[in-house]
Amino acid sequence: MEHYDQARYGPAGEDTNEPLLSEKDQTTVEVDSSLPDDLTRDEVELPSPEEPELARHYVRLSQQNYGVDSGPYPLGSCTMKYNPRFTEEAAALPDAAVHPDRSEDSLQGTLELLGDLQDYLGRIGGMDAVTLQPPAGAAGEFTGILVAEAYHEANDEGHRDEVIVPDAAHGTNFASAALGGYDVVEIPSGDDGRVDLEALEAALGENTAALMLTNPNTLGLFERDIETIAEMVHDAGGLLYYDGANLNALLGRARPGDMGFDIMHFNVHKTFATPHGGGGPGAGPVGVTDELADFLPDPHVREGDAGDYELYTPEHSVGKVHGFQGNWPVLVKAFAYIDRLGDDGLADASAKAVLNANYLAEQLDYEIPLGPFHHEFVASAGDQDAADVAKRMLDYGVHPPTTKWPELVDEALMTEPTEVETKDNLDDLADAFNAVAAEDDETLESAPNRTTARRIDQTTAARNPRLSWHDLE
Amino acid sequence: MSFDVPDDLQYLESHEWIDPETGRVGISDFAQDELGDVVFVELPGVGDDLEAGGEFGVVESIKAVSDIYAPVSGEVTAVNEDLADQPELVNEDPFGDGWLVELDFDDADLEDTLDADEYHDQIA
Repeated sequence: MEHYDQARYGPAGEDTNEPLLSEKDQTTVEVDSSLPDDLTRDEVELPSPEEPELARHYVRLSQQNYGVDSGPYPLGSCTMKYNPRFTEEAAALPDAAVHPDRSEDSLQGTLELLGDLQDYLGRIGGMDAVTLQPPAGAAGEFTGILVAEAYHEANDEGHRDEVIVPDAAHGTNFASAALGGYDVVEIPSGDDGRVDLEALEAALGENTAALMLTNPNTLGLFERDIETIAEMVHDAGGLLYYDGANLNALLGRARPGDMGFDIMHFNVHKTFATPHGGGGPGAGPVGVTDELADFLPDPHVREGDAGDYELYTPEHSVGKVHGFQGNWPVLVKAFAYIDRLGDDGLADASAKAVLNANYLAEQLDYEIPLGPFHHEFVASAGDQDAADVAKRMLDYGVHPPTTKWPELVDEALMTEPTEVETKDNLDDLADAFNAVAAEDDETLESAPNRTTARRIDQTTAARNPRLSWHDLE
Repeated sequence: MSFDVPDDLQYLESHEWIDPETGRVGISDFAQDELGDVVFVELPGVGDDLEAGGEFGVVESIKAVSDIYAPVSGEVTAVNEDLADQPELVNEDPFGDGWLVELDFDDADLEDTLDADEYHDQIA
């Protein structure tokens, strides 16, 4: 029972590294196919363990997993919120399973929910119009960039070919701007971890299409100069884009629209507790000001004069960014969460997220160079290697924080406990941090020692990636 | 910890080296140590023109992704094909088998580079 045990099916032996799929029963199947012989095969390689072994295999895997249902998951910048079960129940209601191609008059309930969610998000973000179609946060960023591009084109300002992004921004900002065809202009952060106004002034110009910003920023710090920043960007003829990744800090207290942002995306998995999905269906709604509403994706939902709901194509729509009205079950979960919590509940969630982060930060022995923080903070592992710290924390049964990012802080431990943790949980988490802080390099470098899989050989994994069970010898 | 700084090479503050005799370019012993295990190297093609101080490739390690800068302007006459399968050569032999590209360049451009003593002082 050594390394990588979790991928193994069956008793330990020479085939320890063999995955379940290679336990195969080769059965001959007769098929009548018009496909050429070289595209068909006679043997179907399927595993055929007895049911108890199969059940144990999957139960073992589930027990080896660690998720928000297991304990604190303080992965900073990711907002690993607990996903309340009532939202799952809502999405699983038989009435929620409606084919989107049905006629509009038979889809009124669906459209009403979408229309209400558009309104909810608009109110929360201070935006005039919201599309629910983008299937993820990054897809929302890309949609926002497309909208900005279409807006500038419509104003005969199509020459604007630069998007400004602070160096500490989420990597997706750079990628979304580049994917939209823009040149990315990176500006350095000031010593206080916030936007350096002089660097911004120098970067702004007649080619500026937009500035992409997160607030609070990726260090958990509020951009105090946001009104000045908005004025500077607008004076240069650019648009201000809000990356909604850190909206969890602001609910019910401040709105990107009021700060002067023109476009924003919502990460519903961060802010409204829908599952992170592991690459599965997500949603990244995008809100815009009135000026930009006509450019939103097609179709859009609106309430008619008679109180009925309809789909329509915004006049200068950038087109489709996903099928139908987006990933419906995810939107139902976000709707259910917002609807259940209400104004007071959402504001309370944000307050507790900020309180929890600040309480935890106070308990840590690690240095925390910047502040004050909102819903997340960045500690420094100092002379320790942040990745080693993370691996050692696994031995204490907790999930580690995000490490080595943002790069502005040496050996960053970027920590976001979220609003759901109790004081006891936060104290346990702090104990784990502080126990590791007191340990020597040798202990850290040999960690983890109490996990199913020991230290991963990252170098070999990166140099010789084996991405499929076919690659196993 | 002391690092190799061969006397017969010229250097950049950004830790690239160039051999004035052969036009060979690589990253220094100090740079490979800072980066940690190199897992991928992206290089230009033969015939590409590089500009002094411009980015011409990327070295990716398990810790970081770093741009590499041209010490001088010139045309790429050869690239180290072995790095595609053996990026570890950059760690094992940064001044030898771990070289990156060879350039056809103008000697006058070397004036802006550091000699071994100057580079040694920088990393000391």
